[in-house]
Amino acid sequence: MKRLFWILCGLSLALLAWGFYEAIYIAPTEATMGDLQRIFYWHVPIASSALIFPYVNMVASIAYLFMRRTNHALSQKLDALANATAEITVLYAGLGLCTGMLWGRPAWGIWWAWDARLSSFLMLFLLYVSYLLIRRFSASNQAPVIAAVLSVFAGIDVPIVFESITWWRTQHPAPVLRGDGDLDPTMKVAFLWNMLAWFLWGCTLVWARYAIVRREQQIEERAAMEALEA
Amino acid sequence: MTYLRIVWLHLRKDLQLEWRSREAVAGMLFFTLLIAVAFAMAFDPTGYPAMARQMSGGLLWVGLLFAATTSLNISWERERRNQVLDAHRMSPAPPSALFLGKALANFLFVAFIEAVLAPVFIVFYNLHPLGEMKWFWLILPLGTWAIVVNGTFFAALGLRSRNRALMLPAVLFPISIPALLGVTQATTAVITGDFEPGMWVRLIFGFDVIFTTACLLLFGTVLNAE
Repeated sequence: MKRLFWILCGLSLALLAWGFYEAIYIAPTEATMGDLQRIFYWHVPIASSALIFPYVNMVASIAYLFMRRTNHALSQKLDALANATAEITVLYAGLGLCTGMLWGRPAWGIWWAWDARLSSFLMLFLLYVSYLLIRRFSASNQAPVIAAVLSVFAGIDVPIVFESITWWRTQHPAPVLRGDGDLDPTMKVAFLWNMLAWFLWGCTLVWARYAIVRREQQIEERAAMEALEA
Repeated sequence: MTYLRIVWLHLRKDLQLEWRSREAVAGMLFFTLLIAVAFAMAFDPTGYPAMARQMSGGLLWVGLLFAATTSLNISWERERRNQVLDAHRMSPAPPSALFLGKALANFLFVAFIEAVLAPVFIVFYNLHPLGEMKWFWLILPLGTWAIVVNGTFFAALGLRSRNRALMLPAVLFPISIPALLGVTQATTAVITGDFEPGMWVRLIFGFDVIFTTACLLLFGTVLNAE
């Protein structure tokens, strides 16, 4: 398993480098925005990945809620996975917001607009910050259950985030892969490479955090066992 | 006993407790009133009637949301005294009935606050609603339920955590933002008469249905969290 992790880590780093090369040197310059548009190759993959990890978090949390009485070992793993994905969601949503603001300042002339997509993305970020907060504040024996329940609620909120762009009129550009947006084939290739790279990098980070959380759980269990035996 | 009867018993118990102490309703009433006064001092609504129309809907709901968080913690605090919560956990009655009874009681408390404070808002902010007032009969109950159903649930979620008072707003506000957006927009639509509130009312209604279902399904898990 350890070797597999390093393979994934190396692969995603190589893909990140390749994606960077594609986005900066291969993809053509966009007609109206110029080089400014190139941030799209990082902003959209990061922001889209930030919408995938919450679902992993929700699935792991639901599975945890079902398993916690019957299969202790598996439920501990699921809880660690939920914890790790929530942290990476916060990281990616934060990065998505930052890159979006970097683009918004020159393109719109303002750092932040209270339009639907931006505010709902901020909401996604806040939701998972509150998830991490509740994990920290809850008593340690209930924190997994309470966090799992909150994760289900947050997961229900995510589709509202995703559909918001069609519900509300908005100044955020139309989604490029579905809907009316149109993308040059070379741009699409560069975009897809970056999409893959950032998604795999996210998975690498989740795996790393998962391994650390598992170690922490094992240390805690061992300490509890020792206290019982002493 | 049927499910509805258990819900009614919980509701009656909560109403009775509140009737004896009147601490939650009185606290909320005064708190919301103070928010209305503080904002009136900050923005001078009588001098700028157009701006007052734009803002008062949002102020009313933000005030109610803040006030509701104070009372929601009180409503579960009652169950902690004398280990009542453990008794609930052991009783064969469905946990969701306890939740529904308490959510309905909180709904009635907040609705009472609205009934008292809506005229106060109209007087303080010198409001003449330009849209159709009948929408309020939909917006007020749906919006109140949206705040109260999630609030009651998350107050229960934080029951055994170290900093309860901090945790409820930290969890409730992010989840409730779509509902808060919906109610403030719908209320502003009615007060200004600029646009139709129908779409926003549908949003709140959908939010209510989805989250009421989720709360009822998951409350048992929260009550028995170990």
